[in-house]
Amino acid sequence: MEILKRIAAELERGHDQQVGQLTREALAAGAAPKQVLDDGLIAGMNVVGEKFRVHEIFLPDVLLAARAMYAGMDVVKPLLLEEEVPVAGKAVLGTVQGDLHDIGKNLVGIMLKGAGFEVIDLGNDVSPERFVAAAEEHGAPVIGMSALLTTTMPVMKKVVDLVRQKGLAGRIKTIVGGAPLSADYAREIGADAYGYDGVSAVERIKALAGGGAGG
Amino acid sequence: MPDLLARLRAGETLVADGAMGSMVMARGLEPGACPEALNLSRPELLEEIARLYVEAGADLVQTNSFGGSPAKLQRYGLEPRCEEVNRAAAAAARRAAKERALVYGSCGPCGRLLKPVGDAEPDEVRDGYLRQMRALVAEGVDALCVETMTDLAEATLAIEAAREAAAEAGREVPVLATMTFDRTRRGYFTIMGVDIAAAAAGLARAGADVIGSNCGNGSDNMVEIAREFRDRSSLPLLIQPNAGLPRLEGGKAVYAESPEYMAERAQKLLVLGVAIVGGCCGTTPEHTRALRRLVSSSGAGQAG
Repeated sequence: MEILKRIAAELERGHDQQVGQLTREALAAGAAPKQVLDDGLIAGMNVVGEKFRVHEIFLPDVLLAARAMYAGMDVVKPLLLEEEVPVAGKAVLGTVQGDLHDIGKNLVGIMLKGAGFEVIDLGNDVSPERFVAAAEEHGAPVIGMSALLTTTMPVMKKVVDLVRQKGLAGRIKTIVGGAPLSADYAREIGADAYGYDGVSAVERIKALAGGGAGG
Repeated sequence: MPDLLARLRAGETLVADGAMGSMVMARGLEPGACPEALNLSRPELLEEIARLYVEAGADLVQTNSFGGSPAKLQRYGLEPRCEEVNRAAAAAARRAAKERALVYGSCGPCGRLLKPVGDAEPDEVRDGYLRQMRALVAEGVDALCVETMTDLAEATLAIEAAREAAAEAGREVPVLATMTFDRTRRGYFTIMGVDIAAAAAGLARAGADVIGSNCGNGSDNMVEIAREFRDRSSLPLLIQPNAGLPRLEGGKAVYAESPEYMAERAQKLLVLGVAIVGGCCGTTPEHTRALRRLVSSSGAGQAG
């Protein structure tokens, strides 16, 4: 449908009002909510994520696109709930204790929601206990942790250790990401996966939630 | 001691200190605690760290005020004590520096995104920086350093605030400004999309006396970044690489680049005419010592 392509295109440009308006128009014209979500909003956000990954666009563009995606999601979401579209999976996300940098974590959250995940976003400055308690409470198989500071990234190990102590290893998988992180670091602390960027984080979380191995 | 700009004008290459965060962690700062809170509770630790850098041969030592903007401090409930936190940072560094080194006041990003991307009003951000800068200047810092910036608009506000604080105090306080870049296949950009050409032009336009890059990269990338700055600007350059990217050993972050490695790469920085070489995350007084040896043996540093 032409209008879905227009939704995607306006989303890429970060035009939130246009995305909201076009989403309403598409639904009024009889498009299925799931189709509007998949072929309009998610399709647009995927292009944004990919362009960001290859540094064709930068953080401001992504944040504006995300705002536009939410403008469309606000319209579609109530209808999706009526349709009872199954969620792709659940993930708990947060920036680790002492770290207040949430941009990277928010990006992953946006992209995960775009991929159909239910995201339990604990915000920033999240203690290991809160991470694990939230994953247990919501039955989420994945905990995603973010840190920007070298002074806070050791907290990630505490979360991994706590998952093990509680005998939840295997049932709850952990993934880490953030500027000072590396795949080596993730391996050393025993995390199940490392997300190099937003796109790779979403891919890994999908694999983890599906019971697959991380990377 | 001659001031910073006079020394740079005389052609001296200066050595700046190394990391603060990893040093305070090594002294028991809990992961996740507010590093600037130590300014009030454990100023002697900061004095000790600065003294170690002075003894290692640093010409410039930094205040522990990277997160000293009101917006950052607010997240720890310390915003009402912004002035006190920054003054204590400057005082500790000055006690260590005495007449042996210059003190530069650190000022990092405020942690909020400016409109239209975020919700922060430019005036609000600028006023916040002004509070921090005034406190640092009042306590006698020799220079101000706006660092680890990724948004040119925010860096500009901070530089303007630094200029204003210096003008109010009626004394010359040079402003250093550095941004943090990621290497991409299209060249170096900050995460906000600022390339080195835009950074060089924008930081100079905002009124910085010394420009360059800190953090985010090890020595190899920093040589490339410095070269591009050199091609784009005639201002003195400040370059502060990380000691590589950290890995974990026994629960502690360990950095890959040895002092010798960093000094060997820094030789290229000197060839490029970088005015101030120092270190960022993961560097230690041993790195400073190695840089000091390099600069002194090159004849570009101060005699003795």
